[in-house]
Amino acid sequence: MKGFSELYGVMAEFNSESALREAARNARKHHYEHMDAFSPLPVRDLDEILGRKGSWTPAWVLTGGLLGGLTGYFLQLWGIGINYPFNIGGRPLNSWPLFIPITFELAVLGGAVAAVLSLFVLNGLPRLNHPVFAAPGFERVTTDAFFLCVMSSDPYFDPVLIHRFFLEETRAIAVTELRR
Amino acid sequence: MTTYQTRSDEMTPARAEQEEQPPPLVRPGETFRSVTEKIGDIVLAGRHPLGWWICFGIGFLLTMGLFYAIAVLLAVGVGIWGINIPVAWGFAITNFVWWIGIGHAGTLISAILLLLLQKWRNSINRLAEAMTLFAVACAAMFPLLHLGRPWAFFWLLPYPNGMELWPQFRSALVWDVFAVGTYLTVSIFFWYTGLVPDAASLRDRATNPLSRTIFGFLALGWRGSARHWRNYQSAYLLLAGLSTPLVLSVHSVVSFDFSTAIVPGWHSTIFPPYFVAGAVYSGFAMVLNIVIPLRKWYGLENVVTKKHLDNMAKVMLATGLIVAYGYIFDIFFAWYSGDAAEQYSVVNRVTGPYALIFWLLILVNVVLPQALWWPSARKNPVPLFFIALSVNLGMWIERFVIVVVSLSRDYVPSSWHLFIPTGWDWLTLFGSLGLFFALVFLFVRFLPMVTMFELRELISEEEESLP
Repeated sequence: MKGFSELYGVMAEFNSESALREAARNARKHHYEHMDAFSPLPVRDLDEILGRKGSWTPAWVLTGGLLGGLTGYFLQLWGIGINYPFNIGGRPLNSWPLFIPITFELAVLGGAVAAVLSLFVLNGLPRLNHPVFAAPGFERVTTDAFFLCVMSSDPYFDPVLIHRFFLEETRAIAVTELRR
Repeated sequence: MTTYQTRSDEMTPARAEQEEQPPPLVRPGETFRSVTEKIGDIVLAGRHPLGWWICFGIGFLLTMGLFYAIAVLLAVGVGIWGINIPVAWGFAITNFVWWIGIGHAGTLISAILLLLLQKWRNSINRLAEAMTLFAVACAAMFPLLHLGRPWAFFWLLPYPNGMELWPQFRSALVWDVFAVGTYLTVSIFFWYTGLVPDAASLRDRATNPLSRTIFGFLALGWRGSARHWRNYQSAYLLLAGLSTPLVLSVHSVVSFDFSTAIVPGWHSTIFPPYFVAGAVYSGFAMVLNIVIPLRKWYGLENVVTKKHLDNMAKVMLATGLIVAYGYIFDIFFAWYSGDAAEQYSVVNRVTGPYALIFWLLILVNVVLPQALWWPSARKNPVPLFFIALSVNLGMWIERFVIVVVSLSRDYVPSSWHLFIPTGWDWLTLFGSLGLFFALVFLFVRFLPMVTMFELRELISEEEESLP
């Protein structure tokens, strides 16, 4: 694929969700694998069509929540149970029922921090520029335009063939080649 | 949705509402572009109705009053308030509990209703979340100001320090620090996460380079890719899942501040659910008080429809009944406990020096809201606005009755003392209201008040269900 290394991909514009879904389905029939779609709203079933599996976010949140909860519990146990033993009303130093509220709050906090971090890391954000922003009319992707891009990393990538595919077999209203 | 099967060319929005079936959540005829323009242009075009200027102006003046009251408080001390022993909590804690309760409706609308697949939340959740943020900020201010030495507030946090001391983790007041801190942080995360795709919409629509740059930064480079949306939906749902138990825990912890104490009238196991219901009650009232004028001023009747008002009114009615049940059981438990001090606290509440306030509470918080049983009261914005106002007043009075009336007469008659608020108490209360409204109106001015991408989802679903 050396010849196309200066290309990011070939991008087609559609004016409806159904046209985008149909194009993605056709592209999969032609064995295109490395694709990304861009849309103003989450398009239903698109992940299945593009062959994407679930998100790693839940794993991040679980880890963050567990870490937060453990921190909460041991922070309290360490602070007033071990480091500075503090007797309140004759309760045991490891008075776990009284440690639950803070443990719970910090578990939630840890999970929420992990959820937001996962959004940054897994989505590669923040990112101030990206090749797809060069596509004509891409500013409408946050209003009412839909795009499908076959990326140059695809094993079957050939800009001419993909161009033809978009124009002949999908309801694309515009096709562009994107430079890196 | 079945609503749309009857849609035809001669069906006007007015007729759709007259039909027996529920009106659609977004009126027919709105498209992806029209909703994006309608919501986005409120921010980008910057034309604001007179009502906006009046409300923001009043809010701003009161905020200045608040800053003045805080400056005097820092210079002189908490003695400028009417608080003393035994009523050491006074307005500060009343206001704290009231504000934090108002915040809860935002989380309820954005998180719990999302998990329950209540699509009607989509038009109001952004505004409700913003309201949560500002209400929690107002709430968090009060315990800090009440500390006496607010500049030492960080002593409440666990950190390695020269005194080699830790916060008293077995105290409900320290739990409060963690609950409110977590709540504020998670609310900011949830609100900002929801804002990212809309900031991208505004970035792409803005013509002015300054707004394009600012929204460009806020959007973090969002490009609506399928990968973005997949992780986004997962993260958003999980944040909602985390916020749901969080919101219940926050007001439960706030109620522990009271119920773990032995003060007559506080020491009750019904406090956590009763506080949470009251929080939702006042929160929905505040959402209505804000949404009803805004939808009128900004012509958002197609997006925030009468169905939304009706649903919010129903939630208010239901939670209001739970609150009324709480009042009844307060009295029952006092009688059933057989404890003279507990029983006297009820007698004092109903016939004592603050009895007038108690009966006002029953009027505005229990009796007047019963009007919501009538559909015409729920769907007509003007009476609904005034009922919501009455509920907001009522919930503030409820907190006043719990905090002040209970504290003013405890076990030892020689320590009984009445609390009379001073001008500084009132200025701080109304100043916090001013701060809240100034922030809400600034939010409406600078950020999209309705979640645009969720409206697009609603339109998409309704279009796809067309035969």
